Amino acid sequence: MTPAQISQYAFYFFAALAVVGAIGTVTVRNVVHSAIFLITSLLATAGIFLTLGAQFVFAVQIVLYVGGIMVLFIFVIMLVNLDVALHQMQFKRRWWVAGLLALALGGQFGAVIYYSRAGGVLEIPAARTGALSPQNVQQFGLALFEKYALPFEIASVLLLVALIGAVVMTKKRV
Amino acid sequence: MVPIGNYLFLSLALFIIGVIGVLTRRNVIVILMSIELILNAVNINLVAFSRHWANVDGQIFTLFIITDAAAEAAVGLGIIIAFFKNRETVLADEMDLLKW
Repeated sequence: MTPAQISQYAFYFFAALAVVGAIGTVTVRNVVHSAIFLITSLLATAGIFLTLGAQFVFAVQIVLYVGGIMVLFIFVIMLVNLDVALHQMQFKRRWWVAGLLALALGGQFGAVIYYSRAGGVLEIPAARTGALSPQNVQQFGLALFEKYALPFEIASVLLLVALIGAVVMTKKRV
Repeated sequence: MVPIGNYLFLSLALFIIGVIGVLTRRNVIVILMSIELILNAVNINLVAFSRHWANVDGQIFTLFIITDAAAEAAVGLGIIIAFFKNRETVLADEMDLLKW
């Protein structure tokens, strides 16, 4: 198998895994199972990033999403008593209206992508805006700390605000 | 090399599944997880276009979106815990304190 074929098969494998995980997340009754399906989907997305040659985003996806955010979710699921909710209705009464609307939205987006592909808009542009090397972690770091230094600092303030907010929210007396 | 259209369709599928989850489920924790799915779909789009244009900016935006997702999950789960302490429920349609 050539490397191109391997990356193609990897894409279809990870894409199928991501979609199955996502469907499981929104349909399964038990919330813990839902979280595990979501972890599957997020790991498959990390694989998608690898087929796109984004090694740093791949690592961040696994460490931050699967290692950080999902552990937080599972902690909260353990803290909140869900036994009562498990036996109640899991979907809203008029769920099919929402489903139809969402599918209509998806049809519109799909038509946009389909016709732009048929019209040749999605061809590889002749004048690419940069030069991305296959090992682009160094480029990533340089751009992050030169061009995007201010947004980077603002993101740290955002995380501080979220930290304080979460602590205040879960205090004994709100 | 897989063409970018395939990545866009994958991202579209994940986005729509996430939207359906947000709109139809009653459990707030599952709604938050569906929001994570939506953010993830956006990340796939950004990284795919980053390779398409051979430009690293898309990957950096992805990093900021992941930061946002972490902040949103922390605050959202804090709200869920505070709400559960007061009302003993996690169902979205019983959160009607501000309705009249």
